[in-house]
Amino acid sequence: MAMEDDMFRNLKEKPVTIQFPYEHVEPVEGVRAKVSWDIDKCIGCRLCVTICPGNAIQLVGRGRQAEIKYNVGRCILCGECVDVCPTKAIYATKEFEIVFNNRRGMITHFRRKKRKRTS
Amino acid sequence: MTFEIPFGPQHPALEEPINFMFEIEEERVVNVKPRLGYVHRGIEKIAENRNYQQLVYLSERICGICSFAHALCYSQVVEELLDLKIPERAKFIRTIVAEMERIQNHYLWLGLTAKEMGFETLFMYAWRDRETIIEMLDMISGKRVNYGMSTIGGVRRDIPEPMIKRMEESLNHLEARAEYYTKVCTKDPSILKRTVGIGILRPREARALCAVGPTARASGIPRDVRADEPYAAYGEIPFKVVTYRGCDVASRMYVRIDEIKESIKIIRYALKNMPEGPIRVKAPMRVPEGEAISRVEAPRGENLHFLKSNGTDKPERWKIRAPTLANLLSLCRMLMGVNLADIPVVIAGIDPCIACAERIALIDAKTKKLKVWEGKDLWRYANEWYRKRYGL
Repeated sequence: MAMEDDMFRNLKEKPVTIQFPYEHVEPVEGVRAKVSWDIDKCIGCRLCVTICPGNAIQLVGRGRQAEIKYNVGRCILCGECVDVCPTKAIYATKEFEIVFNNRRGMITHFRRKKRKRTS
Repeated sequence: MTFEIPFGPQHPALEEPINFMFEIEEERVVNVKPRLGYVHRGIEKIAENRNYQQLVYLSERICGICSFAHALCYSQVVEELLDLKIPERAKFIRTIVAEMERIQNHYLWLGLTAKEMGFETLFMYAWRDRETIIEMLDMISGKRVNYGMSTIGGVRRDIPEPMIKRMEESLNHLEARAEYYTKVCTKDPSILKRTVGIGILRPREARALCAVGPTARASGIPRDVRADEPYAAYGEIPFKVVTYRGCDVASRMYVRIDEIKESIKIIRYALKNMPEGPIRVKAPMRVPEGEAISRVEAPRGENLHFLKSNGTDKPERWKIRAPTLANLLSLCRMLMGVNLADIPVVIAGIDPCIACAERIALIDAKTKKLKVWEGKDLWRYANEWYRKRYGL
């Protein structure tokens, strides 16, 4: 018995565990989480597609008309695409509780506004 | 009379799938055969289809606990091929994160070994303290595991001034707790009874079986890549290699607890003497033809990465040797003569990480014999497989 002093001290204390669904921890500054696109800034340079380790990003179309298909299920949340983007079109969010009911929900399409108006 | 007892691949005392065939004579182990091959992930093969930048993240996912050590080892080997000089500040940040990872791993090991001993209280306490260091890593890198800090040509994030102050507080807390665990592990009779004199690996055997990391250091061999072949900023930081002469599980425990204290000293020194400057240099995508190896002292022992490039942006061959594979032979030696009830403690003593050390094993289902394949056999098998698959 060498731990009794600590054990008795802990009897008075509250549990350190956070009761998750009821309590939430605020993500720290600069947490690596889901990324999002400001699609109007995107120039379709494919740098993010080349660097993505999990092949989570797909480019549909070419150049400034290109649209982004982003699969969170494949994303490993490394944030390399945010660093590599030359026009800062990709930005990091703080959304790290990522849960889906079906696979289709994992894929997000980032479409350009102009194209919507014409069609 | 001897019995054969299979241990694993699914066993409540083992976290990962590995199979041991024990020959038992009156509760004592007389022979042991390990068998790998249950969680082969084919990482070395995946690597042939990815470019060098993507592989930093694949290398991180070799091991969940010593992820930074693998990423650092991989970054170093590519930097050597590129002949890239990385900034001084990046070297110091690499050292700090590597040491923080060591503290994190040793607290985790302490908890797991306590759990194998049946001492659940120590397990809970050690993991509660581990949370402090994980929060620190979260603050620096933005992630709790697989930090994504190391990259080819430096590190990805800086450690600014306000962070250093918060780190100091956490380090003080961790040091006090490490002192407390030294007291507990040297005095508590239930720990001493389960660890002292169990799983003996004599220095001569450790040297002959090429034990690495804390397993070798607990047998009195001062084998540490940080001191023998300094990488990152270890050449500029004074520290001592912790060794114990007990050769048993208890010594492995004391080595790890003392290494926590030593790591805290290294982090303090590095934070104080960190030079100013850039943290990253730009690395080209294509790597010139060549071969290189790099060694890193991971928390569990020595990591070895070999890389062969062919002038394109993808490697030709990437060979990884994780510390558990090096320690597996000495583990079999340690298990000789232990009681059946002590097997989990001895296995946990080397801090096994089976998935890192995984190799394929070809077993004939009828005769239950292991086959060894050479390159020629693999080539023949691959050709046959393609012919069958595509009807050529």
